[in-house]
Amino acid sequence: MSQTHRLSQGGGIDRARELTFTFNGRRYQGHPGDTLASALLANGVSVIGRSFKYHRPRGIVGAGPEEPNAIFQVGTGATTRPDQRATQVELFDGLVASTSARLGFDPLSVNNMFARMLPAGFYYKTFKWPATYWPRYEEKIRAVAGIGESPIEPDADRYDHMNAHCDVLVVGGGPAGLAAAQRAASAGARVILVDENPAFGGSLLSGRDAPDNHVDGRSNRDWIANTVAELAAMPDVRLLTRTTAFGNYDHNFIGLMEDRGDYLGQPAAHGVRHRLWRVRARQVVLATGALERPLVFGNNDRPGVMTASAVSIYINRYGVTPGYRAVVFTNNDSAYGTALDLHAAGIDVAAVVDVRRRPSGALAAAVRAAKIPIHDGCTLIKARGGRRVRSVEIGRLSGEQLTGDRWKISCDLVASSGGWSPVVHLHCHIGSKPVWDDQAACFLPGADNPGQTSAGSVTGHFNLRDCLAQGFERGDAAAAAAGFEPTAGTAPSAPAAGETMPIRPFWLAPSGAPISRGPKQFVDFQNDTSAADIALAVREGYESVEHVKRYTALGFGTDQGKLGNINGMAILAATLGKSIAETGTTTFRPAYTPISFGALAGRNAGHLFDPERKTAMHEWHAAHGALFENVGQWKRPWYYPKDGESMQESLDRECQTTRTAAGVLDASTLGKIEVHGADADRFLDLIYTGARRNMKTGTCRYGLMLHEDGMIFDDGVTAKLGDNHYFLTTTTGGAAGVMNWLEAWHQTEWPDMDVFFTSITDQWATIAVNGPKSREVLQALCNDIDFDRDAFAFMTFREGTVAGVAARVFRISFTGELAFEINVDANHGRYVWEAVMAAGAPYGITVYGTETMHILRAEKGFIVAGQDTDGSMTPMDMGMQWAVGKKKTDFIGMRSLARPDIVASGRKQFVGLLPTDGTVVLPEGAQLVDDPQAPLPMPMVGHVSSSYHSVTLGHSFALALVKDGQSRMGETVYSPQPDGSVIAATIAGPVFYDREGARQNV
Amino acid sequence: MFQIDCPWCGPRDQQEFSYAGEGGIQRPQDPSATTDAEWADYLFMRRNPRGMHHEQWRHVHGCGQFFQVTRHTVTYRIESIRRMGESAAAGGESS
Repeated sequence: MSQTHRLSQGGGIDRARELTFTFNGRRYQGHPGDTLASALLANGVSVIGRSFKYHRPRGIVGAGPEEPNAIFQVGTGATTRPDQRATQVELFDGLVASTSARLGFDPLSVNNMFARMLPAGFYYKTFKWPATYWPRYEEKIRAVAGIGESPIEPDADRYDHMNAHCDVLVVGGGPAGLAAAQRAASAGARVILVDENPAFGGSLLSGRDAPDNHVDGRSNRDWIANTVAELAAMPDVRLLTRTTAFGNYDHNFIGLMEDRGDYLGQPAAHGVRHRLWRVRARQVVLATGALERPLVFGNNDRPGVMTASAVSIYINRYGVTPGYRAVVFTNNDSAYGTALDLHAAGIDVAAVVDVRRRPSGALAAAVRAAKIPIHDGCTLIKARGGRRVRSVEIGRLSGEQLTGDRWKISCDLVASSGGWSPVVHLHCHIGSKPVWDDQAACFLPGADNPGQTSAGSVTGHFNLRDCLAQGFERGDAAAAAAGFEPTAGTAPSAPAAGETMPIRPFWLAPSGAPISRGPKQFVDFQNDTSAADIALAVREGYESVEHVKRYTALGFGTDQGKLGNINGMAILAATLGKSIAETGTTTFRPAYTPISFGALAGRNAGHLFDPERKTAMHEWHAAHGALFENVGQWKRPWYYPKDGESMQESLDRECQTTRTAAGVLDASTLGKIEVHGADADRFLDLIYTGARRNMKTGTCRYGLMLHEDGMIFDDGVTAKLGDNHYFLTTTTGGAAGVMNWLEAWHQTEWPDMDVFFTSITDQWATIAVNGPKSREVLQALCNDIDFDRDAFAFMTFREGTVAGVAARVFRISFTGELAFEINVDANHGRYVWEAVMAAGAPYGITVYGTETMHILRAEKGFIVAGQDTDGSMTPMDMGMQWAVGKKKTDFIGMRSLARPDIVASGRKQFVGLLPTDGTVVLPEGAQLVDDPQAPLPMPMVGHVSSSYHSVTLGHSFALALVKDGQSRMGETVYSPQPDGSVIAATIAGPVFYDREGARQNV
Repeated sequence: MFQIDCPWCGPRDQQEFSYAGEGGIQRPQDPSATTDAEWADYLFMRRNPRGMHHEQWRHVHGCGQFFQVTRHTVTYRIESIRRMGESAAAGGESS
């Protein structure tokens, strides 16, 4: 029998079935109902890891979320999960777990011998110089310190999100939580009850089946089963196990993570691995329980030293004894229960060591009756043993000091209890501070948060009878606060607790030597923070608990100090000579336990990460070889390479054909907004820099929109469709922002204006036909519009039919060529598009994408808002004074154009650049300087905003923003490149092609 | 994650809304009549109180309406919600 530490009976495991698992490559057996930790203990595995800094051997300490040492990699390949707490990993057949630590001889354990050279703040003190070396140090430190690795393959599993509402959310399914849920549900409230464990019952599950654990005269397990069955039968109750309430957010919004796959090894077919619940509850009852803290003594990290409650849990819940000869070390009554659990399981309890004199409680009496020796008024000084505790040294106390009287007891298990720390985390997530209670020697939740209350041991009530009564009462109160009438009934009852003796707070066992010279007394196991480190931090001047935390790494690990933080804070307080209440705690933040990235992402991953918007012609583009680029959420054709063309060859062909014959662009993605209302022209006059009031129906105007600070944020064309009826275009990426902008001004500043806005971006498809042959193409498709040069002038539009489809045709141009933009119902977009391609075929028409669009517009010096402007450019900076209405008295941003900073010289201005070497294309974003030899930091005079090679011009060119550039025509600026080369370029006007604008007016 | 009681639609999750800046900032009637300092104050100066804050929100993924919210910036308690144009309770006004 390999399970050397499995008891012959007891525990909630299924002994009839055996599960096989591996840990660091070795095979072990366990049973359904085990956790990975209980199964390892059953197999007598004592060393399960090495510590972070000193590489000391470590064993399992706890039995729940507080476990600091047994942090494993579980699974392999794409589904491997790092940082899993073995105490909360349910065993399944074939489970593969490992730790990156060397469990045998570890060469880095020499760190332990030189421990005095690795004090708190060691990294800060040592790797500080020279500052530029830190990245190299960091890489080495991280390689040595790793405790897990992320999978590198894509995650094949599904995750999802669930939004839920309820009247009462009960967090924690122990006795108090069950009582509260049952009470609220029986009043008719919609209840959600969650527990992080596989089963409800909480502390009742880890107790013996003894009369003092009975509820309403039933055995603990019976009562749990009965209560859960009752709840499950109610229609408006949702029970979630394996579900952690990880975060408490504002207005009673609670985040839950439900495990639906990890515990099985893999999710069920078509199932999800993790589900993130977003719960909005009218009332919340926090029945989160309490975690036991260990006592701090010398070498308290030796494998075999555990919390007393963990020992009880392993015995009672899993039928496992972590050792065969135990010493129980305590400052309170509860660990006497563990002594009795051990005794009942037939395990030799060598001694109970109690720091209190003459322990008097009922439990102590029972221990005495069991003939277990009690060493009262004593402390453990230190544990001995390497890979497992072999003995403990005990000393008699006089006050906080040793009397000198010492003796040794051999043992292979130490169960220690320093008292209980309520799990106040969720209560504190929304800013409440916990309150220190001297009587109970623990932090309790402060005043209730709005709509929330606490019940059970989290409130400092540590006996079953009180917890049940309080759960009942708080469940009633929560239901009543949510508007439900409580039904008649009485609280579940448990036997009255016997006589108790108060806890004696005891934070650090004396060793008889100065704190820095004695054996290591660990406070935070995961980060190897010892009591001496905290004392050192105080000596070096740290006072705030938040600073000490960051200097010593106390509470920094994946366990977030659940086990050690309160001990550390108490030791800090004592060292500072302050009270614990004065020192306070660090800040409790979500998540309570780590949650997976998969759960956070849910289905918002891969192609569902962000909606993809496609135009009506998308499939045509794809079928014709388009490569796409993302513009906002839109997929836009970038260019259309033909058999073996390079990108530049494609662009050259698309540009040349458009300039000499005709080219077609899918411009459907441009934002389109219709504006109606009697005040539409007045309103648009305030929105645009140019005048709108005097526009004639049938005409179009280009316009700039400024923010109130005078900076350009979008541009587009306004067409007057009729009286009180306009059509605006916006940039592709700016459509939603412009819509919000119009609504904001209308609703908040000028609500009396009669004006309405409707987004029609998706309803219309836009086909831009450009080039000298565009008129012929349109004429072939349309017989109800006169395309004569004078009948259909530049910057006007006509309504008619194109290819038999009702259309608005705008004569506007973003290429500088003769051009027409056809707007049709998007449902007919592809039909009309194909008709245009067919009609253009005799002229050699080409399609072109956004890259060619950019080259053609840049050759003309047309800006792209958001590329050539960056939120700091005014119309004057861009040389676009012509777009600002001279006679206007007000528009948004106008007043700012007269601000001193705006009219001062030295502003960046929009210019063209011609690289001295016309084969070189300046990188967009490149910085420009006047003197590339100037000493660093080199004064920068501007940057490149758009840059291309032009087949039409025969050389490269760029658009740039250069300080005072408009008065520096012909001067040379330089762009130093990362490779050390320097590109020289001459400042020119921003219009490179057809400066007179003749081509669009033919 | 707040729950915001849209004055047009009722209580909804914060993710349906977008914050729309400090409330109660009046655009000068005649901007050209303002001094540079007055204009800069309107343009740039915003309150950042520890306590009650008068702000605007928009139910952007709902009815699209802007409305006024008075919210405590420490407790995040929402004290009052009003439609645009409904007069503000005492406090929260700014220059």
